[in-house]
Amino acid sequence: MDVFGIPIQALMGQLMLGIVNGSFYAVMSLGLAIIFGVLKIVNFAHGAFFMLGAFTAFLLAQHLGANYWTTLLVAPLAVALFGMLFEWLFLRRLYGLDPIYGLLLTFSLVLVLEGGFRVAFGSSGQPFATPEALQGAINLGFMYLPVYRGFVIVAALLICLVTWFVIERTALGASLRAATERAELTQAFGINVPRLVTLTYGVGVGLAGFAGVLAAPIFHVNPSMGSSLVIIIFAVVVIGGLGSIMGAIVTGLGLGVVEGFTRVFYSEFSSTIVFLVMVLVLLLRPAGLFGREEG
Amino acid sequence: MQLRYLTWPLLAVGLLALLAVPFFPQVVYIVFVMKALCFVLFACAFNLLLGHTGILSFGHAAFFGTGAYVTGHLVKTYGLPTELGILAGGLVAALLGAVIGALAIRRSGIYLAMITLAMSQLVFFFFLQAPFAGAEDGLQRIPRGTFLGVLDLNNDTALYYVVVGIVGGGLWVVWRTVNSPFGHVLRAIREHEPRAISLGYPVARYKVLVFSLSAGLSGIAGSLKAIIFQLAALYDVHWHTSGDVILMTLLGGMNTVFGPAVGAAIVAALNHYLDPFGAWVTVIIGVVFMACVLTFRQGVVGELSRLLNRRRIAPLRQPAGRRTRAHH
Repeated sequence: MDVFGIPIQALMGQLMLGIVNGSFYAVMSLGLAIIFGVLKIVNFAHGAFFMLGAFTAFLLAQHLGANYWTTLLVAPLAVALFGMLFEWLFLRRLYGLDPIYGLLLTFSLVLVLEGGFRVAFGSSGQPFATPEALQGAINLGFMYLPVYRGFVIVAALLICLVTWFVIERTALGASLRAATERAELTQAFGINVPRLVTLTYGVGVGLAGFAGVLAAPIFHVNPSMGSSLVIIIFAVVVIGGLGSIMGAIVTGLGLGVVEGFTRVFYSEFSSTIVFLVMVLVLLLRPAGLFGREEG
Repeated sequence: MQLRYLTWPLLAVGLLALLAVPFFPQVVYIVFVMKALCFVLFACAFNLLLGHTGILSFGHAAFFGTGAYVTGHLVKTYGLPTELGILAGGLVAALLGAVIGALAIRRSGIYLAMITLAMSQLVFFFFLQAPFAGAEDGLQRIPRGTFLGVLDLNNDTALYYVVVGIVGGGLWVVWRTVNSPFGHVLRAIREHEPRAISLGYPVARYKVLVFSLSAGLSGIAGSLKAIIFQLAALYDVHWHTSGDVILMTLLGGMNTVFGPAVGAAIVAALNHYLDPFGAWVTVIIGVVFMACVLTFRQGVVGELSRLLNRRRIAPLRQPAGRRTRAHH
């Protein structure tokens, strides 16, 4: 069976790959959006934290013999802790200044982390085994779905939903949203806003770390795996707007799918299609698809 | 003593030192000085946006690299005279700057930074995939040629003086722009964009113009780099280079005209002399960057002039704790 002269297996395969990439985009831009909402800082180091998550998982498995499920839990927590330390020590000093300084500080963290890991592990990738329980593929009738890829999609969507639920439907999320709108007033109600801010940064980068562990068996674990991703995430965020949580998730997934289709029909453009979509959105709807006017 | 009064004597001393460089090959490596000069022009051109208009572009490597590739390709494949090649590199970069600028200024602040970064990544992929650009190898063995048909540029000393001349001309353009009525409008936009609009200035047009000018000069810097090293490579369009130029500007002092030049010299020296440490260079540069953002946001020249100012008229004038005005 063919669609536009492309065998349906190939089409579905690329579509699935697109959804996998889209899941990463969704988790990453979700973290970026949460951090931006509360800290008003664009976290350039988001890709570096993604890389940190993958490397932590790799090191845990390599040296402590931890199994995949342990690393999936421990590595994001470690990344979150490291992020909170960074926020508490450095990022905190820049609040109230132009947000550009936050971007630049997190950029410098990228240089330090990427450079450091390159010194320690070299530029080439480290292989990371797919967990045994998730090896193989299932026959869906029209295509074979590698189990691990399916697992990535489900896990990513699940963590997105949980995050959305915590923010929109719990008391903690309510204080978080309050702090986003009016930090000083929230503080006046007796909520410890600085601690909330640290926690938010931790959760945001923890999400990036989680995505990193998920990505480890698919991509090779290497020091620069995060930086090319973070630039795509920035484009996703410009397209979707940083204003809404759901917007970030939907835009991320959608662009992954668009990218997948582009790889089928016009593979030369597959690495640039997200940027081209960004140009189009800027021309037609400068504020972004889900964007409120920036304030 | 204000730094302002020291500007001309310092410039004169600096120029003399530059002219003397070829006579002391045992003290300083002439090719390194040429490379540093390219970055001096690049950083000062970049600062037209960051320091003088309050726009952070995170994609200036796109213009630097485009200059390098265009010049390299024209000189190597079509045998264009070197000076025309450099001019073409600057022009194409300026055009690209107008296009990217027009897109980017549809948003402001950090969004603008992200857009320029994404656009420069687009340019990066273009040079990665374009058949003439040689993919991972880049353009190699670009002939240096002659300058105006008389001066053989394969001679390092001759090339050096040509580079000094062109960079000097570029810096003069920057200085004239900053001190022109046009430059005053740019500062008005930086300080209070809505007021500049309400005064009737076509702010968008001004922004695109300065974007294009900054991109053109950055392109010339890249063209020179391609001629000096006879190489245009992917690193020239890589976001690392965009980050480098921001660091240079910040480190030197973005609220000064020639501070970025000092910053460029420092970063180029760091890169050059720390080269034996390999991958550690990135870490060290990152730490310097961090220290710069956290503790001395006025940069070396900015802090210096603040110190000098304070000695004389400390109670009268607050040290200008100015920061870029970015409206978002």
